[in-house]
Formats: sequence, C-alpha cells, structure tokens
Amino acid sequence: MAELEARTPAHGLVPVSHGPWTLTEETPDPIWTLAPYPGQADVLSTALLRAGLDWPSPGMAVSTDDGRVLWSGRDQAFLLGREPEPDWAAHTALTDVSDAWCVLRLHGVGAEEVLARLVPVDLRMKAFPNNAVARTLCGHMTVLVTRYGPAFEIYAFRSMAGTLVHELETAMAALAARRAGR
Amino acid sequence: MRLTCPLCGERDRREFYYQGAAEALQRPDPQAPAQVWSDWVHLRDNPAGRTRDLWFHEAGCGAWLAVERDTVTHEIFSVERIDAG
Repeated sequence: MAELEARTPAHGLVPVSHGPWTLTEETPDPIWTLAPYPGQADVLSTALLRAGLDWPSPGMAVSTDDGRVLWSGRDQAFLLGREPEPDWAAHTALTDVSDAWCVLRLHGVGAEEVLARLVPVDLRMKAFPNNAVARTLCGHMTVLVTRYGPAFEIYAFRSMAGTLVHELETAMAALAARRAGR
Repeated sequence: MRLTCPLCGERDRREFYYQGAAEALQRPDPQAPAQVWSDWVHLRDNPAGRTRDLWFHEAGCGAWLAVERDTVTHEIFSVERIDAG
C-alpha cells in the first residue's frame, strides 16, 4: 500500500516575506459550518452559549477559550478549533469542511495597505476591528477575511490556494518596492 | 456604484450579480392564461427613472436583494432582503 503524505493547502507556497509583512499558513482544525434550519437560530444560539460560545452577529466573530465562531454568510457560521456537540444536529446543518479551505495569515504593520490593493472593503482598524469578518473579494476570488489579534486571516477555497498566495505575494512585493523607493 | 447590503453594509458593485426586474417575484397564478404567463416571462419595462430589480450578493453573504434605484441619476433608494429572516 502506498504511503500517502498529508499536505496542507498552501504546502510549499508559504512562508513568504516582503517588506514588513509575512504570509504564513494557518491550519485551524477542525472547521465546521453551522447552518441553523429555518427558525432554529435561537435554539442554536442557546446551545452555543452553553458551550462557552455564541452565535455571531453579521460581520463578526466570537473568539473564546472554547473555540471560535465566525459569521460566514447568510444564516451560516464557521466553527473553528472544536467539534460541534452531536445534539446540535437536531436544529442545525453541520458539515465538516476542514479540508475545503486554505487559511493564510498576513502579519505586519500596515497589512491593511497590502489588502487594500485586492479587497474592496475598508479593513482599517477603525472600520474593521479585532474579530471583524467580511465575505468579500480578493481580486476576482471570493474570500473570507477576518482580523484576529495582530494579523489578518484570509480564507479561500482550497483549490484556489495557489492563486491566493500569488495575489497576496504580488501585492506585498509591489508595496514593499514602492516603500523602498521613497 | 455601491449597494448597502442589509447584512454586510456598503459594498462595491463588483460583489453583486444582477438578475433582472423584480417583476420576477410576481409569479402569475398557475391557472392564469398562457398570455399572462408569456407576458410575465418575456415582457419587461425599460424605464428611464425609478426601477426595482433583483441583485444577488454573490461575492458576499449570499443574500438576494431587491434594489430600488434610478436608472438616470443612479441614486439608490432602498435595498432590502427578499429571503427574509
């Protein structure tokens, strides 16, 4: 039997550094989508509170020691870093999507300026504080962007990992070159 | 052009997919005459002025929106979710 080697979505593509910025890969494990059935959002919200979490309001994430819940669209959220309780399945569609997403972390002072070249949303601290989440575009690719602590996390479909790294690296290098020329 | 998505806030036009006139929501009665169905499927106004149409927040939250806007001044009067909830 062949020995298969598990590879992360951005294996061999990162880390990348330009100027003050570094791009690395995160592997939140697991990632589940939570999608409450019609009219069941309150029930799920109560269940999440019991688990030390909460249902996030649109455009926000809930980060606690018990895990993270990221709003990820209409009536949908990502659960990161822990398994859902089995009884949540009575009122919520639960899907393990751990292998479906590539998660990159962009760190460094002024990372907003790198993303401003690609993402049509204001990501400055004033408009996009810690735990803010946006479903939006990175170039022509749909992504989820969140500010988590001192860095940004960018989630894209696993199949787009190469494009995501290329887009971000190009923006990082171009901005670094522009700064160096000052 | 920017649309204010009820879930995501103000977003650039490129995040949205244009579907067509909001008339699509007024589906005729199943028993209605063929002419009524034909008109509903094929006939659309092309107003210079206020219009109401459907947009999908494709690169955002995935909500369907009814947008009332002016095709002459490009003013946006309202954006509302049609999938409620």
